[in-house]
Amino acid sequence: MIKARITVTLKNGVLDPQGKAIEHALSGLGFGGVGQVRQGKVFDLELAETDKVKAEADLKAMCDKLLANTVIENYAVEIA
Amino acid sequence: MKSAVVLLPGLNRDRDMIAALTKISGQAPATVWQTDTEIPDVDLIAIPGGFSFGDYLRCGAIAARMPVMRAVAEKAAKGVMVIGVCNGFQILVEAGLLPGALMRNASLKFVCREVKLQIANANTMFTRRYQPGQIIRTPVAHHDGNYFADADTLARLEGEGQVVFRYAEGTNPNGSINDIAGIISEKGNVLGLMPHPENLIEAAHGGSDGRALFEGALGIAA
Repeated sequence: MIKARITVTLKNGVLDPQGKAIEHALSGLGFGGVGQVRQGKVFDLELAETDKVKAEADLKAMCDKLLANTVIENYAVEIA
Repeated sequence: MKSAVVLLPGLNRDRDMIAALTKISGQAPATVWQTDTEIPDVDLIAIPGGFSFGDYLRCGAIAARMPVMRAVAEKAAKGVMVIGVCNGFQILVEAGLLPGALMRNASLKFVCREVKLQIANANTMFTRRYQPGQIIRTPVAHHDGNYFADADTLARLEGEGQVVFRYAEGTNPNGSINDIAGIISEKGNVLGLMPHPENLIEAAHGGSDGRALFEGALGIAA
Protein backbone atom coordinates (compact mmCIF):
# COMPACT_ATOMS: atom_id res chain seq x y z
CA MET A 1 0.00 0.00 0.00
CA ILE A 2 1.14 3.52 -0.75
CA LYS A 3 0.21 6.52 1.38
CA ALA A 4 0.14 9.85 -0.35
CA ARG A 5 -0.57 13.45 0.49
CA ILE A 6 -1.95 15.91 -2.02
CA THR A 7 -1.74 19.62 -1.29
CA VAL A 8 -3.98 21.97 -3.25
CA THR A 9 -3.22 25.69 -3.16
CA LEU A 10 -4.62 28.74 -4.92
CA LYS A 11 -2.61 30.03 -7.86
CA ASN A 12 -0.81 33.33 -7.50
CA GLY A 13 -3.01 36.26 -8.43
CA VAL A 14 -6.24 34.48 -7.46
CA LEU A 15 -8.03 36.43 -4.74
CA ASP A 16 -8.36 34.45 -1.49
CA PRO A 17 -10.96 36.13 0.72
CA GLN A 18 -10.69 33.35 3.33
CA GLY A 19 -6.91 33.77 3.57
CA LYS A 20 -7.44 37.53 3.96
CA ALA A 21 -9.93 36.97 6.81
CA ILE A 22 -7.48 34.63 8.56
CA GLU A 23 -4.71 37.21 8.09
CA HIS A 24 -6.87 39.86 9.82
CA ALA A 25 -7.82 37.45 12.62
CA LEU A 26 -4.16 36.66 13.29
CA SER A 27 -3.25 40.32 13.56
CA GLY A 28 -6.29 40.76 15.84
CA LEU A 29 -4.83 38.09 18.13
CA GLY A 30 -1.67 40.14 18.40
CA PHE A 31 0.52 38.19 15.99
CA GLY A 32 2.44 41.03 14.41
CA GLY A 33 4.43 40.74 11.21
CA VAL A 34 2.19 38.17 9.52
CA GLY A 35 2.34 38.85 5.79
CA GLN A 36 0.03 37.29 3.26
CA VAL A 37 -2.00 34.21 4.32
CA ARG A 38 -3.27 31.81 1.66
CA GLN A 39 -5.62 28.95 2.52
CA GLY A 40 -5.37 25.54 0.82
CA LYS A 41 -6.52 21.94 1.15
CA VAL A 42 -4.76 18.69 2.10
CA PHE A 43 -5.91 15.20 1.02
CA ASP A 44 -4.41 12.04 2.54
CA LEU A 45 -4.94 8.99 0.37
CA GLU A 46 -4.21 5.30 0.69
CA LEU A 47 -3.63 3.44 -2.57
CA ALA A 48 -3.57 -0.32 -3.17
CA GLU A 49 -0.98 0.34 -5.88
CA THR A 50 2.60 -0.61 -4.92
CA ASP A 51 4.48 0.86 -7.86
CA LYS A 52 5.37 4.44 -6.91
CA VAL A 53 5.72 5.66 -10.48
CA LYS A 54 2.28 4.34 -11.40
CA ALA A 55 0.81 5.69 -8.15
CA GLU A 56 2.18 9.14 -8.88
CA ALA A 57 0.66 9.14 -12.36
CA ASP A 58 -2.69 8.03 -10.90
CA LEU A 59 -2.57 10.73 -8.21
CA LYS A 60 -1.86 13.43 -10.79
CA ALA A 61 -4.80 12.22 -12.88
CA MET A 62 -7.01 12.37 -9.76
CA CYS A 63 -5.94 15.98 -9.19
CA ASP A 64 -6.58 16.98 -12.80
CA LYS A 65 -9.96 15.26 -12.93
CA LEU A 66 -11.39 16.08 -9.51
CA LEU A 67 -9.28 17.12 -6.54
CA ALA A 68 -8.04 20.43 -7.94
CA ASN A 69 -9.73 23.00 -10.15
CA THR A 70 -6.74 23.85 -12.32
CA VAL A 71 -8.37 27.10 -13.43
CA ILE A 72 -7.63 28.53 -9.99
CA GLU A 73 -5.57 25.93 -8.11
CA ASN A 74 -2.13 24.25 -8.19
CA TYR A 75 -1.44 20.86 -6.65
CA ALA A 76 1.54 18.96 -5.29
CA VAL A 77 1.74 15.17 -4.89
CA GLU A 78 3.86 13.69 -2.14
CA ILE A 79 4.34 9.93 -1.66
CA ALA A 80 5.31 8.73 1.82
CA MET B 1 -40.53 23.99 -27.30
CA LYS B 2 -39.59 21.22 -24.87
CA SER B 3 -37.38 21.46 -21.84
CA ALA B 4 -35.72 19.21 -19.27
CA VAL B 5 -34.54 19.86 -15.72
CA VAL B 6 -31.50 18.10 -14.25
CA LEU B 7 -32.02 16.76 -10.72
CA LEU B 8 -29.15 16.14 -8.31
CA PRO B 9 -29.14 15.45 -4.58
CA GLY B 10 -28.86 18.71 -2.65
CA LEU B 11 -30.42 20.99 -5.24
CA ASN B 12 -33.28 23.01 -3.73
CA ARG B 13 -34.44 25.32 -6.54
CA ASP B 14 -35.55 22.48 -8.79
CA ARG B 15 -39.24 22.95 -8.03
CA ASP B 16 -38.99 26.68 -8.76
CA MET B 17 -37.35 25.92 -12.12
CA ILE B 18 -39.95 23.28 -13.00
CA ALA B 19 -42.78 25.68 -12.02
CA ALA B 20 -41.31 28.52 -14.10
CA LEU B 21 -40.78 26.35 -17.19
CA THR B 22 -44.27 24.83 -16.83
CA LYS B 23 -45.98 28.20 -16.46
CA ILE B 24 -44.07 29.87 -19.28
CA SER B 25 -43.99 27.04 -21.84
CA GLY B 26 -47.39 25.55 -20.98
CA GLN B 27 -45.92 22.06 -20.53
CA ALA B 28 -44.06 20.42 -17.70
CA PRO B 29 -40.35 19.85 -18.36
CA ALA B 30 -38.94 16.32 -18.41
CA THR B 31 -36.75 15.56 -15.40
CA VAL B 32 -33.44 13.69 -15.55
CA TRP B 33 -31.69 12.18 -12.55
CA GLN B 34 -27.95 12.35 -11.84
CA THR B 35 -27.33 8.77 -12.96
CA ASP B 36 -29.25 9.07 -16.25
CA THR B 37 -26.98 8.74 -19.26
CA GLU B 38 -29.51 9.97 -21.78
CA ILE B 39 -31.56 13.14 -21.97
CA PRO B 40 -34.79 13.21 -23.98
CA ASP B 41 -35.04 15.25 -27.15
CA VAL B 42 -35.53 18.79 -25.82
CA ASP B 43 -34.67 22.35 -26.87
CA LEU B 44 -33.58 23.59 -23.43
CA ILE B 45 -31.88 21.85 -20.50
CA ALA B 46 -31.97 23.67 -17.15
CA ILE B 47 -29.66 22.98 -14.20
CA PRO B 48 -31.26 24.56 -11.13
CA GLY B 49 -29.71 26.08 -8.01
CA GLY B 50 -29.06 24.64 -4.59
CA PHE B 51 -26.21 22.87 -2.88
CA SER B 52 -25.55 19.72 -4.87
CA PHE B 53 -23.60 17.15 -2.82
CA GLY B 54 -23.49 19.60 0.06
CA ASP B 55 -20.99 21.81 -1.81
CA TYR B 56 -18.33 19.26 -0.76
CA LEU B 57 -14.84 19.70 -2.25
CA ARG B 58 -15.87 22.75 -4.32
CA CYS B 59 -19.34 24.02 -5.26
CA GLY B 60 -20.60 21.93 -8.17
CA ALA B 61 -17.43 19.80 -8.37
CA ILE B 62 -19.01 16.42 -7.60
CA ALA B 63 -22.19 17.11 -9.59
CA ALA B 64 -20.12 18.08 -12.64
CA ARG B 65 -18.64 14.58 -12.69
CA MET B 66 -21.93 12.65 -12.52
CA PRO B 67 -23.07 10.64 -15.57
CA VAL B 68 -25.92 13.04 -16.39
CA MET B 69 -23.41 15.83 -17.00
CA ARG B 70 -21.73 13.81 -19.76
CA ALA B 71 -25.16 13.61 -21.38
CA VAL B 72 -25.59 17.39 -20.93
CA ALA B 73 -22.18 17.97 -22.56
CA GLU B 74 -23.16 15.80 -25.53
CA LYS B 75 -26.41 17.74 -26.00
CA ALA B 76 -24.59 21.06 -25.64
CA ALA B 77 -22.10 19.99 -28.31
CA LYS B 78 -25.07 19.37 -30.63
CA GLY B 79 -26.30 22.93 -30.02
CA VAL B 80 -29.08 22.25 -27.49
CA MET B 81 -29.57 25.26 -25.20
CA VAL B 82 -28.39 24.78 -21.62
CA ILE B 83 -29.01 27.18 -18.73
CA GLY B 84 -27.36 26.82 -15.32
CA VAL B 85 -28.60 29.03 -12.49
CA CYS B 86 -26.59 29.58 -9.29
CA ASN B 87 -25.34 26.09 -8.35
CA GLY B 88 -26.19 25.17 -11.95
CA PHE B 89 -23.69 27.85 -13.11
CA GLN B 90 -21.09 26.47 -10.70
CA ILE B 91 -21.70 22.97 -12.11
CA LEU B 92 -21.28 24.22 -15.70
CA VAL B 93 -17.90 25.82 -14.96
CA GLU B 94 -16.73 22.75 -13.01
CA ALA B 95 -17.80 20.58 -15.97
CA GLY B 96 -15.74 22.76 -18.31
CA LEU B 97 -18.81 23.77 -20.34
CA LEU B 98 -18.13 27.40 -19.41
CA PRO B 99 -14.74 29.00 -18.69
CA GLY B 100 -13.51 30.43 -15.37
CA ALA B 101 -14.39 29.59 -11.78
CA LEU B 102 -16.81 30.73 -9.08
CA MET B 103 -15.11 31.48 -5.80
CA ARG B 104 -16.17 32.36 -2.25
CA ASN B 105 -17.90 35.79 -2.06
CA ALA B 106 -15.38 38.53 -1.31
CA SER B 107 -17.42 39.46 1.78
CA LEU B 108 -17.23 35.80 2.95
CA LYS B 109 -20.96 36.11 3.65
CA PHE B 110 -23.88 34.28 2.11
CA VAL B 111 -25.87 36.92 0.20
CA CYS B 112 -29.63 36.71 -0.20
CA ARG B 113 -31.03 39.89 -1.70
CA GLU B 114 -32.23 41.59 -4.85
CA VAL B 115 -29.68 42.99 -7.30
CA LYS B 116 -29.83 45.11 -10.44
CA LEU B 117 -28.72 43.28 -13.53
CA GLN B 118 -27.63 44.89 -16.78
CA ILE B 119 -28.16 43.04 -20.05
CA ALA B 120 -24.59 43.25 -21.35
CA ASN B 121 -25.42 41.30 -24.52
CA ALA B 122 -29.01 41.28 -25.80
CA ASN B 123 -28.00 39.37 -28.92
CA THR B 124 -28.30 35.83 -27.50
CA MET B 125 -31.08 33.23 -27.57
CA PHE B 126 -31.59 33.89 -23.87
CA THR B 127 -31.59 37.69 -23.84
CA ARG B 128 -33.18 38.57 -27.19
CA ARG B 129 -36.39 39.74 -25.50
CA TYR B 130 -34.49 42.39 -23.51
CA GLN B 131 -33.11 45.70 -24.73
CA PRO B 132 -29.30 46.12 -24.92
CA GLY B 133 -28.15 47.73 -21.68
CA GLN B 134 -31.56 47.26 -20.04
CA ILE B 135 -31.44 46.99 -16.27
CA ILE B 136 -33.66 44.38 -14.62
CA ARG B 137 -34.21 43.18 -11.05
CA THR B 138 -33.39 39.63 -9.93
CA PRO B 139 -32.84 37.89 -6.60
CA VAL B 140 -29.49 36.31 -5.71
CA ALA B 141 -28.82 33.75 -2.96
CA HIS B 142 -25.32 32.31 -2.85
CA HIS B 143 -22.06 31.98 -0.95
CA ASP B 144 -19.77 31.36 -3.93
CA GLY B 145 -20.62 33.67 -6.81
CA ASN B 146 -17.34 35.51 -7.13
CA TYR B 147 -16.56 34.94 -10.81
CA PHE B 148 -12.89 34.64 -11.69
CA ALA B 149 -11.06 33.99 -14.95
CA ASP B 150 -7.43 34.54 -15.95
CA ALA B 151 -6.59 37.69 -17.94
CA ASP B 152 -6.60 35.96 -21.35
CA THR B 153 -9.94 34.25 -20.76
CA LEU B 154 -11.45 37.47 -19.45
CA ALA B 155 -10.25 39.44 -22.48
CA ARG B 156 -11.76 36.81 -24.76
CA LEU B 157 -15.10 36.81 -22.89
CA GLU B 158 -15.31 40.59 -23.00
CA GLY B 159 -14.14 40.81 -26.62
CA GLU B 160 -16.59 38.20 -27.93
CA GLY B 161 -19.64 39.49 -26.06
CA GLN B 162 -19.76 36.39 -23.87
CA VAL B 163 -20.46 38.46 -20.76
CA VAL B 164 -24.27 38.47 -20.87
CA PHE B 165 -25.25 39.83 -17.45
CA ARG B 166 -23.46 42.34 -15.23
CA TYR B 167 -24.34 43.51 -11.74
CA ALA B 168 -25.36 47.16 -12.16
CA GLU B 169 -25.54 50.33 -10.09
CA GLY B 170 -23.11 49.17 -7.41
CA THR B 171 -25.10 46.04 -6.54
CA ASN B 172 -22.26 43.52 -7.14
CA PRO B 173 -22.93 41.20 -4.18
CA ASN B 174 -19.83 39.00 -4.34
CA GLY B 175 -16.77 40.82 -5.70
CA SER B 176 -17.09 39.19 -9.11
CA ILE B 177 -14.47 40.39 -11.60
CA ASN B 178 -15.80 43.09 -14.02
CA ASP B 179 -19.18 42.77 -12.19
CA ILE B 180 -19.83 39.58 -14.16
CA ALA B 181 -23.12 37.88 -13.20
CA GLY B 182 -23.58 35.60 -16.20
CA ILE B 183 -21.63 34.33 -19.22
CA ILE B 184 -22.41 32.39 -22.37
CA SER B 185 -20.41 29.81 -24.30
CA GLU B 186 -18.57 30.68 -27.49
CA LYS B 187 -21.27 28.97 -29.56
CA GLY B 188 -23.97 30.90 -27.69
CA ASN B 189 -26.04 27.95 -26.46
CA VAL B 190 -24.75 27.42 -22.89
CA LEU B 191 -25.59 30.16 -20.36
CA GLY B 192 -24.62 30.32 -16.70
CA LEU B 193 -25.70 33.00 -14.23
CA MET B 194 -25.73 33.42 -10.46
CA PRO B 195 -29.06 35.35 -10.13
CA HIS B 196 -32.40 33.53 -10.16
CA PRO B 197 -34.59 34.68 -13.09
CA GLU B 198 -36.96 31.75 -12.37
CA ASN B 199 -37.92 33.46 -9.11
CA LEU B 200 -39.24 36.62 -10.76
CA ILE B 201 -41.68 35.51 -13.43
CA GLU B 202 -45.13 36.65 -12.24
CA ALA B 203 -46.91 39.30 -10.19
CA ALA B 204 -47.02 37.03 -7.14
CA HIS B 205 -43.20 37.12 -7.12
CA GLY B 206 -43.30 40.91 -6.95
CA GLY B 207 -42.28 41.30 -10.57
CA SER B 208 -41.69 39.42 -13.80
CA ASP B 209 -38.28 40.70 -14.95
CA GLY B 210 -36.93 37.16 -15.33
CA ARG B 211 -39.75 35.91 -17.53
CA ALA B 212 -38.38 37.27 -20.82
CA LEU B 213 -35.26 35.12 -20.46
CA PHE B 214 -37.30 31.90 -20.64
CA GLU B 215 -39.65 33.33 -23.29
CA GLY B 216 -36.63 34.18 -25.43
CA ALA B 217 -34.97 30.79 -24.96
CA LEU B 218 -38.19 28.87 -25.56
CA GLY B 219 -39.27 31.11 -28.45
CA ILE B 220 -42.56 31.99 -26.80
CA ALA B 221 -44.39 35.24 -27.58
CA ALA B 222 -44.49 37.62 -24.62
